[in-house]
This record gives sequence, structure tokens and C-alpha cells, in this order.
Amino acid sequence: MISFLRRQGYLLEYSLASLARRPGKHLGLVLVYATLVFLLASTLLFTQSLRQESALVLAESPELIVQRLLAGRHDLIPASYLEQLGTIRGVGERYGRLWGYFYDPAVRANYTLMVPRAAPPAAGEVQLGAGVARARGLSPGDYLSLRSARGEPFSFRIAALLPADTELVSSDLMLLNAQDFRRFFDFPADRFTDIVLRVRNPVEVRKVAEKISLALPDTRPILREEILRTYDAVFGWRQGLVFVLLTGAMLAFVIFAWDRASGLSGEERREIGILKAIGWETGDVLRMKFWEGAALSLTAFLLGYLLAYVHVFHFAAVLFAPVLKGWAVLYPDFRPVPFVDGLQVATLFFFSVFPYTVATIIPIWRAAITDPDQVMR
Amino acid sequence: MIRLDAVSKVYNQGRHNEVWAVRDLRLELETRGITVLKGPSGSGKTSLLAMLGCLSRPSSGRIHLEGRLLSNLPERFMTQVRRSTFGFIFQRFNLIRGLTVLENVMLPAYPLAPDPGRLRDQALGLLRQFRLEERAHNKSEWLSGGEAQRTAICRALINDPAIIIADEPTANLDSQLSRELLTLIGELADQGKGILISSHDPLVFDHARVSRVVELRDGRLA
Amino acid sequence: MKTNLTTVPATQAPGRRSGLFLLTLGLGGLLFALTFVHAALASRAAAADIAQRRDLVAALDLTDLALFTEARYTRHPSQADMHSAFQDHPLALDHFPTGTLVPAPRPGLAAAQP
Ligand SMILES: Nc1ncnc2c1ncn2[C@@H]1O[C@H](COP(=O)(O)OP(=O)(O)O)[C@@H](O)[C@H]1O
Ligand SMILES: [Mg+2]
Repeated sequence: MISFLRRQGYLLEYSLASLARRPGKHLGLVLVYATLVFLLASTLLFTQSLRQESALVLAESPELIVQRLLAGRHDLIPASYLEQLGTIRGVGERYGRLWGYFYDPAVRANYTLMVPRAAPPAAGEVQLGAGVARARGLSPGDYLSLRSARGEPFSFRIAALLPADTELVSSDLMLLNAQDFRRFFDFPADRFTDIVLRVRNPVEVRKVAEKISLALPDTRPILREEILRTYDAVFGWRQGLVFVLLTGAMLAFVIFAWDRASGLSGEERREIGILKAIGWETGDVLRMKFWEGAALSLTAFLLGYLLAYVHVFHFAAVLFAPVLKGWAVLYPDFRPVPFVDGLQVATLFFFSVFPYTVATIIPIWRAAITDPDQVMR
Repeated sequence: MIRLDAVSKVYNQGRHNEVWAVRDLRLELETRGITVLKGPSGSGKTSLLAMLGCLSRPSSGRIHLEGRLLSNLPERFMTQVRRSTFGFIFQRFNLIRGLTVLENVMLPAYPLAPDPGRLRDQALGLLRQFRLEERAHNKSEWLSGGEAQRTAICRALINDPAIIIADEPTANLDSQLSRELLTLIGELADQGKGILISSHDPLVFDHARVSRVVELRDGRLA
Repeated sequence: MKTNLTTVPATQAPGRRSGLFLLTLGLGGLLFALTFVHAALASRAAAADIAQRRDLVAALDLTDLALFTEARYTRHPSQADMHSAFQDHPLALDHFPTGTLVPAPRPGLAAAQP
């Protein structure tokens, strides 16, 4: 056992010595390699964190939402539907939601205006999400002036800000009471944006939803299950997209690595001959090359992964912000929670270390199994 | 004792450029003292040495070393015999560029995984013996011809082999260095090593210490 | 036996390079392992924050993360009209950069519409 380890140590020593002969080239290779791992790992860690976060947080979103469709588009739902929904068996508590979007030309941002079900703000007062407050430079006690749907200026007093820790879900919110909401948007008195239902027996949600689409054919039910699935898909999709974008880079790297590894120069070929001639077995030569590939790819993996971890969880994935922000003015200031999926990391490890190591060994194979007497010439 | 039984080596057999480097050679060689294979260029000396040193296999015939059949061992065992029995000094030295002299000398011992401290001591001892201790940490490509060859000798000795094989060792040296080399080889013979040299240099095969000269011509005994 | 100043202790790795490299690699491996420890601890420590967000979601009946606020279907992907993200053509690049990142909601029950 000792002698086995020591032998690997000797072979590693030789690999490192031969890597050190071209320090610039191999350092460059490690850097390019590590950058690639960094990008992949950052994407992986970031999306996994958001995916997990949305699963945990949105688990409390409404069980069932009923939207009205008009000509295939989302339309306001009449208050009378509340009663009709009450006749469906299994439906418990139900109430209309009031929410909508407001485009604020002053900062060119979209706000989400919403009426809270419980404890709504007093008349003329609002509660703001931290993103809105930041964009407009407001703090509690200040006034926010907006032009209503009729073109009249409305002045709201900021009663409070929503907790900064909740920005991920509340950044662009503006909470106000129902009268203000209806007056501001000139919203019809007998309508809601949509309707939220509680189902008595959670197992029956699907069944209830089916009954609703039959009883009220101009509506569509949205299940919490679907919301969660949507988010799972959103982040899966984004992850996939980045990976597709990176495929080009990965292919380029594979070609580069393959070229470096497989284009055995005459000198390398001769070197292998010498090693065999002075008493190395074919297996020793292969193991030595294995260490060369492993040393390089392990270093690159660890470097890339550790940097990605710090980038995502310590610097809140700053490099991704431009992509995520898009054209949005309001971007939540949040720090991803480090939910790390061991299996994903293992997969990344496997795909970043294994192929390169194999690519270094395979071409050596052919050179290493030939007779070493060529070095006598 | 090395016994060759109808040993032949043919390259590119069956093709238009077929070459019989060694033909039907029957020969017995002592594993002590200095044996020189003499012959003009192309007479098959290198091919014969390669087969003797387990670097290649005969196309036909058998080679026995101390009664043990070498010529049809599987490659792994051939490597083991090569490693433990033979030390090679190649015509073109074949040091590995980019490594230091010390590392080059230790290289044949790596697969045996000896104690690192002892291996290092042993290598430094050899370098001292061959007046190379100053060069121990220099890169091998900066050595002069004589130094490179002495490094190659140290490397051949690191696993303490019974037989040293040297292919045209004086081909790249002037007469002065050649004589020094022969003195060194004589000392090795005194220490009990068997020496097999190929050469067409009279300085070598006329040397007083040489115990036997085998003359080759066109792959046969002349 | 004569002691030699150049003697390397027998326990040491066969060479300076491999010793240094293994040390660095070991350190990297340790940090790698520590990221998992950190992740476990930090995500547990974040439980209170997450609970706060979850409570807000429950109190306000929120349905979406406020990540992409530029358009209604990116702000509330789960509430958007079925095809608003791809109104022109399923593969058309959208007006908004994130429109290309956010797909239309998966067809669930809603797809069973007449
Ligand atoms: N690998 C090879 N392929 C083809 N011909 C070879 C090969 N090696 C040696 N030969 C030929 O075999 C003959 C003997 O070569 P060699 O053993 O090198 O003789 P020497 O060492 O005495 O010069 C020469 O004609 C040489 O061209
Ligand atoms: Mg020759």
C-alpha cells in the first residue's frame, strides 16, 4: 500500500515536472478550463438556489386561482362568479383579488399594485416594496405622486416599506386599499382581477378545477401545483439555455484539449520510448499521463468551482445581474441562499474532470504499446 | 551467460523494403567482463543489442539469460527483466529535456517506488562518483557531450543492474573523452558488471580491458 | 551510517513538486468540502428569512418571484395569458431580453380549455 502510494507520488512528480516545462501554456490551459467550470458552476448554483427558493416560498401561494378569459386574453372577473363558485362542491373560502400593473414613466419601471386581503393600508396610504422605494428614492413619511387612469394626479403617503429581506417576492409591490385601487385605475366596482379559492380537501384540487372549467367555461383555473411547476421549468429552462450558449465554448475547449492531448509531438513520442526503454511499464506511462490530465483538470475544477461558489453566494452572482435584469429597472436586491445539490455538483465534477483526463490518456495508449527499441536509433 | 539460438531479426517482413538485420545467429556471451560487438554501420549491432536488452523480440530463434528463456516473455515480464538486469547507455544519450540531471538519473527507479530519501542519496552518490555533483540541479539539455554521457551512465546504474549495454558509446566523443569513458567502463567491469558494447571504433575494440570481440557483418558472424 | 544533509525524510512525498501540489490540492479539496458545510449551515440559518418571505406570500396571495419586472408575462409567468410570451412566433426573439429566457407556462389543466 505504501509502495503503491509512493509509486503514484513518483509518477505524479514526473507529470508535474513535464507540465512545468511549458508553464505558460499549461497555466493558460488551466485558466481557460477554470473559467469554463466557473461559468457552468455559477449557472448551476444560482439557478438551483432560485429553484429551491421558489419551491419553498411559493409553496404558500394560493391553492387555486380562477382567471376569466375573454377572447383568449385575461379579463376582469365579475363579482357574481364568487357566488357561482360557492355552489361547486369542495370549494371553501373564496375572495376576489385586486391587482394590476402600473407603468411609472418617471423611472420607466413597472410596479405591481395590489390590495392585501388582510390589514390593508389606510386611505391615501401605501406600503412600498424596497425596489420601488429605491427607484424613486422614497422612505416612510414621503409622498408618492402618480397619474391615475383618468389622468388625475394621485398622492399617496408612504406608510411603511415591506421588509428588505422579502425583496425577492416584493421588490416591485405597492400595496393600497381597495377604494384607492378602484379609483386609481378606474376599476369597475363589480369586478375583480381574479378569484382565489380554498379547497376543503387538498387532494381534490384537481377535481374541483375540472368542475370549475365545466361550470364556468370562460375561466381558467391555475393550480398552485402549476405555479410550482412553472418555476421549476423556468429555472430548468434558463439553466439549459446557458448551457446551450456555453456549448460552443465547451466544444472549442474540447477541440483545443484534444489537439493538445492527442497531437503527440515527435518529442513526446520519443520521451515515452525512453521511459519504456529505461524500465517503465506501459502501465506506468499511462498512469503518469493520467496524473497529468487529472492534475490539470482537478486544479481547474476546484479553482472554477470555488470561485463560482464565492461569486454566487458571496457576491450575489453579480456577473449574472445584467442578464437577469434585462430591461427591468426594478431588480430585487437579494442574496441567493446556498442550496447546493450534491448530485448536480457531482455531475459537473464528472463532466469537467473525466473527459479531459481520458483525452490525455487515449492518444498515449497507442504510443505506449509500441516496442521501445526505436529510441536506439 | 547469454545464449542465442538461431536468432534472426527482420524488419518489414514480406514487404518490398524487407531488411534482415540479424540472421540465424548462434552465439554464447559471458555476462562478466567487457564484450564488444564490432562491425560496420548497418551490420546489425544495434538490433542485436536491443534484443539482448529485452527492448525488442527476435523475429525467430531464442535468447536465454542464465538459462531463462527471454525471447517469449510477455511484455510485462520483459520490462521487469529489462529494469532489473540491464542498464542502457544510448548512442544519443536520450536524456529527458526539461528535467534536471538528478531527476534524469532517478527516473528508472520511479516505478519501483523506493524510499525517496534513499533514492536521492543513491543518485547523488553516483553523480559524485562521476564528477557531476555540481551539475545535479542543472537542466539536462545544458550539459556538454561528455557530461551528458556520464549522466546517462549514472542513469543506467541507478537500479544496480548486472549488465550495462552501451550502443556506440564513443560515436559522439573525441579521442580524449573516449579514453576517459573506457577507463570508467573498465572500473565498472572491475566492480563486477558485465558490459556489452557495440562499436566500430578501434579505440574501443582494441582496448586492453576488452575480454571478447564479436565481429558482425550483414547480420552474421564475420 | 553517514547522515547526509540532502536526505529527504522518508515520509515525505517523492519530490518537492508533488508534495506542494498535493498540499494545494488537499487544501482545495478541503475548501470544496467546506462549501458543502457552509451551504448546509447557511441555508439553515436562512430558514427565518425564507419563512418571512413565505409568510408574505401567504398574506398577500403572491404567485411569482419579482425577478423580471419589465413585462407582465415575465413578472407573473404563472398568471400570464397562455401565449403572451410567444405572441408572434414560438421561436421569435422577444422585445424584452428576458422574454427569451422565460418560456410560456407549461400546458397543464389550463390547456384543456375549449
Ligand atoms: N526499425 C527498422 N526498420 C527498418 N529497417 C531497420 C530498422 N532498424 C534497423 N534497420 C535496418 O537493419 C539493418 C541493421 O541496422 P542496425 O541494427 O542499426 O545496425 P548497426 O547498429 O550495426 O548500424 C540496417 O540495414 C538498418 O537499416
Ligand atoms: Mg547502430
